[in-house]
Amino acid sequence: MNEQSVLKVKAGKIKSLTENPTHYCAGCEHGTLTKLIAAAMDDLGIREKTVMIDSVGCSVLAYNYFNCDHIVAAHGRAPAVAAGVKRLRPELTVFTVQGDGDALSIGLSETIYAAKRATPITIFAVNNGIYGMTGGQMAPTTLPGQVTTTTPYGRDPALTGTELDASKLIGQIDGAAYVKRASLVVSEISNPRGKVYTIKNLLDAKKSVENAFKVQALGGFAFVELLSTCSVNWKMSVLEAKRHVNEQVIKRFPLGVYRDTYGVEKPSPK
Amino acid sequence: MPNQKVYIKGNEALAYGALESGLNAYFAYPITPSSEIPETLAREFGNKKYPQYKCFIQSSSELEAINMVLGAASTGALAMTATSGPGFSLKQEGLSYAACMELPFLIVDICRAGPGLGNLGPEQSDYFQATKGGGHGDYRLFVLAPASVQEMALLPKIGFDLAFKYRNPVLILGDAFTGQLKEDVEFPPWKAPDYDVSLWAVGDSKGRGPHILNSMELDYQKHYEHIGRIFEKYKTAEEKEVRYEEYLTEDAEVVIIAFGIVSRIARSVVNNLRKKGIRVGLFRPITLWPFPTRALHKLSSKGKRFLDVELNTGQMIEDVRLAVGSEATIDFLGRWGGIVPTEREIEREVQRLEVAAV
Repeated sequence: MNEQSVLKVKAGKIKSLTENPTHYCAGCEHGTLTKLIAAAMDDLGIREKTVMIDSVGCSVLAYNYFNCDHIVAAHGRAPAVAAGVKRLRPELTVFTVQGDGDALSIGLSETIYAAKRATPITIFAVNNGIYGMTGGQMAPTTLPGQVTTTTPYGRDPALTGTELDASKLIGQIDGAAYVKRASLVVSEISNPRGKVYTIKNLLDAKKSVENAFKVQALGGFAFVELLSTCSVNWKMSVLEAKRHVNEQVIKRFPLGVYRDTYGVEKPSPK
Repeated sequence: MPNQKVYIKGNEALAYGALESGLNAYFAYPITPSSEIPETLAREFGNKKYPQYKCFIQSSSELEAINMVLGAASTGALAMTATSGPGFSLKQEGLSYAACMELPFLIVDICRAGPGLGNLGPEQSDYFQATKGGGHGDYRLFVLAPASVQEMALLPKIGFDLAFKYRNPVLILGDAFTGQLKEDVEFPPWKAPDYDVSLWAVGDSKGRGPHILNSMELDYQKHYEHIGRIFEKYKTAEEKEVRYEEYLTEDAEVVIIAFGIVSRIARSVVNNLRKKGIRVGLFRPITLWPFPTRALHKLSSKGKRFLDVELNTGQMIEDVRLAVGSEATIDFLGRWGGIVPTEREIEREVQRLEVAAV
């Protein structure tokens, strides 16, 4: 399976990408998301009018990869910084890429109030169930029983609660215009020749990214949660990690549209 | 508003001073005794007299407010927030990032009694936090200390000028007294600001490389150089931006050192004692950072005796000691807990020292 060929893009041809190689670990979907967002920026022609707010976590070095203006925010504060930019320059496209620790733990208040005030910004929240950058500690999205460096005997819900369902939470907020959970993880399907990989999740994620930008252009708040792996910190092989998302994680975090005020998910009438 | 006299509170004067100097955005979080600042700016939002004033938002927390300020300032806008002690502690995160990112904006601390919740009375106990950085890492804020409602009105303009000239946050450190005091105020006619932000502000990247506002640098040598460059900037500020006021220090045997509201009381003390023939003067730092070290040193080399009066247990006195050197004699009168010393209390202290000086 070659993701690049299917998405019909080459790194050098996306104007919204720099030519720097990413620091992401093998098998990590951050790189995939980077490419999807950059391709959408190209398609919508917004690169020169876009400010990306980089957050603390694995996306903190995104300013090396996206060829647009950047502000690197403090841990959890990206939506507040984004709101500050957007209120002064409403004609700009302003988006964040945040991890689950950033957007849902230390920055949950900022995330919720950006939505509650219907701030026309776009948040891409990568859910890989762990603090990746700091070496694999428990995140709000860590599943019960999951082993991390701070839950070495498995996450104990009696002590630490259960996983936080971000899309369900943000989807309830009336200020939010578009809330969707998609997956960046390729999945296996069986066909007569055996198991093959399908990129249907990636195509859906691509559509979600584009919709999120469209919603911002319409004046709405968009939150897209993207399931991802972290094979390094999960102590799994890349394939095991992808399988884990498709078989286990997805049961606790079902994909789908949680809010769609403008109806961007509906197929447009022909 | 320019060229007319109005009778308003210090906090209101500060809000109008900010508007008159071209404020674009205010991010609010209520805390006593600073709340008249956001209340005034909420009321004036939409006033056609201030067409440049585009944004007023009450945030969900002090953290959200300061980070919204960061975002707004990144576009080159004149952005501001105000708070008081407990909130000022929460602002430190944003201030540390902003200093490293070299972002210009204005922050106000209407200092109340601390630590913790303390009370709502005036103190100057945030002096250390204000002048020594306050947040993590090595940086400074410009710190301006108003002593009157008129100065509450004038300092925002000076603050924004400094912020954009040096690309660094500027703090106005008031206290519950200057914030709540009502006095006559006049606003000079200021020109609309035209700070050049084209080299760094985010927004339109057409025809140029990306502007990246970032406090992180993983290359140690590059970070060493970045912080070194910021401190070169601070060194220039220490040469050029020091502000202070001397009142009858020339022939004084005892010089009172006080800032903010205390300097008002001290001025009356000087006037009262001068009538009795006692040679006493007042030295008032207006910039607490950069501190008027040289001017104080000069006084000390003339053999003056000093009385440092503060609304805390002794904070500015450390900077005073560094300035006047080990030879000089400095006495300290501190009041805290929201209590302000009376003229009589300070007079007694000066008279005691004056006898010793003769």
